[in-house]
Amino acid sequence: MRLIPKEIESLWTLFTAPTIWALHFLVCYITAAIYCAKAGAAPFSFEAMRLALGTVTVAALAGIALSAFLAWRQWGFGSGDPPHDEPTRKDRMLFQGFATLLLSGLSFVAVLFVSVPLVFIGTCQP
Amino acid sequence: MTDAARPEPSTEERKSQEAELRAVWRTPSGWRYWTSVNNTEIGLWYGGAAFFFRLFAGVLALLVRVQLAVPDNDFLSAETFNQAFTLHGTVMMFLFAVPIFEAVAIFLLPSMLGARELPFPRLSAFGFWSFTLGGVFVCGSIFFGAAPNTGWFMYPPLATDKEYSGIGADIWLLGLSFIEVASIAAAVELIVGIMKCRAPGMRVNMMPLFAWYLLIVAGMILFAFPPLIAGDILFEMERMFDWPFFDAARGGDPLLWQHLFWIFGHPEVYIIFLPAIALMAMIVPTFAQRPIVGYSWIVLAAVGTGFLSFGLWVHHMFTTGLPQISLAFFSAASEAVAIPTGVQIFVFIATMLAGRVIFSVPMLFGAGGLAIFIIGGLTGVMVALVPFDWQAHDTYFIVAHLHYVLIGGMLFPVVAGIYYYYPLLNARKLSDRLGKAAFWLMFVGFNVAFFPMHLAGLRGMPRRVFTYPAGVGWDWFNLISTIGAFVFASGVAVVVIDVLRPKLRQPKGEQNPWNAGTLEWISEPEEKWGVRSIPIITSRYPIWDQPGINDDIKAGRYYLPDAKDGARETLVTSVLDAEPVQCLRVGGTSVLTIVAAFSLGGVFIALTFHWWITTAICAVVTLAAIVAWLWTGTAAIPREEMRDVGLGKTLPLYMSGPQSVGWWAMFITMAGDGTAYASLMFGYFFYWTIHDDFTAGHAGPGMLWPLVAAGLFTLAWLAMLLARWVNGKDRPGLTRLSLLVSLFLTLAAGCSGLAGPYLTGMEPTAHVYPAIVWVVALWTVVHGGVGIVMQLYCLAGSLAGRMDARHDIDLRNVVLYWHFLVVTAVTSFSVLGLFPVLR
Repeated sequence: MRLIPKEIESLWTLFTAPTIWALHFLVCYITAAIYCAKAGAAPFSFEAMRLALGTVTVAALAGIALSAFLAWRQWGFGSGDPPHDEPTRKDRMLFQGFATLLLSGLSFVAVLFVSVPLVFIGTCQP
Repeated sequence: MTDAARPEPSTEERKSQEAELRAVWRTPSGWRYWTSVNNTEIGLWYGGAAFFFRLFAGVLALLVRVQLAVPDNDFLSAETFNQAFTLHGTVMMFLFAVPIFEAVAIFLLPSMLGARELPFPRLSAFGFWSFTLGGVFVCGSIFFGAAPNTGWFMYPPLATDKEYSGIGADIWLLGLSFIEVASIAAAVELIVGIMKCRAPGMRVNMMPLFAWYLLIVAGMILFAFPPLIAGDILFEMERMFDWPFFDAARGGDPLLWQHLFWIFGHPEVYIIFLPAIALMAMIVPTFAQRPIVGYSWIVLAAVGTGFLSFGLWVHHMFTTGLPQISLAFFSAASEAVAIPTGVQIFVFIATMLAGRVIFSVPMLFGAGGLAIFIIGGLTGVMVALVPFDWQAHDTYFIVAHLHYVLIGGMLFPVVAGIYYYYPLLNARKLSDRLGKAAFWLMFVGFNVAFFPMHLAGLRGMPRRVFTYPAGVGWDWFNLISTIGAFVFASGVAVVVIDVLRPKLRQPKGEQNPWNAGTLEWISEPEEKWGVRSIPIITSRYPIWDQPGINDDIKAGRYYLPDAKDGARETLVTSVLDAEPVQCLRVGGTSVLTIVAAFSLGGVFIALTFHWWITTAICAVVTLAAIVAWLWTGTAAIPREEMRDVGLGKTLPLYMSGPQSVGWWAMFITMAGDGTAYASLMFGYFFYWTIHDDFTAGHAGPGMLWPLVAAGLFTLAWLAMLLARWVNGKDRPGLTRLSLLVSLFLTLAAGCSGLAGPYLTGMEPTAHVYPAIVWVVALWTVVHGGVGIVMQLYCLAGSLAGRMDARHDIDLRNVVLYWHFLVVTAVTSFSVLGLFPVLR
């Protein structure tokens, strides 16, 4: 089994990192919403939930980092500069790699943004 | 292929090809003109209708402003005022902002992508007629004093109160549901068109940025509109049959509506904004006379904004008492979306700096719009902060913010687009002088009207009050705003005059007056064929970088220079590298789309007035029209399998499964349908979270019948897989048998699905738990019913000789539907049967 997936040629790889952001966002929101709506019913504390969501955040960041690495590889590890506008399959791949890399960067930052409340907010309703 | 290798058609050959093409793409004359489905006509009508609705809503806004000009005014009654501002917001959002981009896209995309047509022209026509009818219905209501009057987001319990809201709320719910159908139709059309119908060589790194934006926006529509449709269903069930989804006394919760509305409503802002920015991404390079700087960054911004915009909806609900940690997640995401939005603006600035900017009217509107939008964006960053929002919520500060965002981010760029693209309509430019006058009137008027609203809002003036007492510090601000509104309106009037004034005396200009680089500028306003021949693209700006491309296209030196078989044809190419894979025949002029749209409109309108029999008749006509449309216009078996498309290439005419555009359309539609379903299930679990016991002691549907239903749906799905498999082995008898077996299994599955709630006597008006169980069960069973219609259609196709082992488009698409259906059914009935026991 190979550790790093083979290169895939598809339009969908572009959306990997933002999809991870979306899943991370949903997990954070839904977990917190249910925990707070069912206050007291959960067998674990708010602290424990924060820790769990922190772990999810680390996993999401790792996933995005992997997506960024794959994108970087598709971009030829930065061997060519944009704009990648030649009418060739190679330039199309480089463009996809570069755009995916940029999106991975944005998604990484966005996941960090969303995880900030986990650091600073310690209760459902102060 | 090199230029030298291209064959040179003789003059006579060329003439006869042109005659063929002209005959095939001809727009009918007389009353039949309105049966046209050609993208240029539909785009123009769509845009015209949307612009008309926009003017109507603008007049409503002026009435509102007159009423608010001075304190204690009695120009409008409170009731008329409520109807006026509700309709103003509703019309601007649903009848102008979204449809105008669909219009522009339908008009421009084919020529921009180098295609003859989008893949489903009749669907565009259907969307247009649905939109127009729905729009007239919603707008007309105010003349009968029956317009919706509870604000454009229709919050219950105010909007569910029949005594207060009258029939207006039903008109809103049903009229707009109908228009949402049109939007989803447009989304399907645009996604498939952009992915599959680009000119050969137009790889994903060569796509015009407009197409990138539109692809993202169409995707957003698929995930944003369905939650609203789900919300509309719940809302209308409450109004029509008293099912208490939003009635707190019987376990419902008005907040569910707010969630569903804003899951739609916030992405909607970006659905409006991105296409307008897409226009700027076409205009800025032209007037900087250089390619855009940072193409990939624009793609980043479009995709990034598309995703992040779905994580913002609760920032409209900061004052509803949700847990603060939830608010903080949405606040953080709302700040994050500023990053991709900012990237686009910097890309434009960089392009302008790198080029040599020609300041013309479109650039004026574009730059002015961006300046306004940036102010709106900055106040957006302010209201995305929870503590500030608690102060500003529901004040005129918000009114100012949203108008800065929408008018700067959408209206100004659209006017820029009108000035820029007008020559494509009739080969003449609009007036520079009038354009400049209009710009300054609009720009100054806008700021005079809306800037003081920030201050009025900070001084505590609430939204939606029909009047206010003198001396509370709001008087001057309101008077200034009203004066500004009229200055702004006079600017809009100048634009309208400029567009409508006769230009016969003005000489026809050149084809590409701005010296733009993108392909839409090769289209000829007099010809209906889109492109004379479908070119091979090797640049992002073909007109700049491929010398002679215009002449080569017009001389028919590229693909599909003829219409030998008398059919409307365009090329289908592969998603990533745009290699030609199929010659697609698209639907032509038809009255069926109008019949389908009007009868579907009849269903919605009759429902508003509870005319059940008319509803049923209209529904039957709709079904008949749609079946006739599919039967006569799609998946016909061609006389010959292959078509010589020119340049030595022969392509198949018929492709099924994931190769076919129809399969993609089904997939995309079902993705939207799945989102609506997910929204209903969100409702189910939402009620579970807010109550200690969400059944409130009411009997559930039991375990037996729901699980039987899930099992039968699964068997029916397996029978469909079998039908597809035996059809592939060319066994028509067995195919029909499997279809029939599946049909009966589906019938049985539907009955058992309803048996659960029925036999246990669940009373949907008693409490929200039985109501939500019934809705989920009904949704699933109705989808089973649609599945049965599809099975019958395939059976008929098989018996009529329209379907065999190789020609199986219909069957493959129906099986795809069934994949979605079986997931829906198993989820629904497992949850209904097991969740009350397991929780």
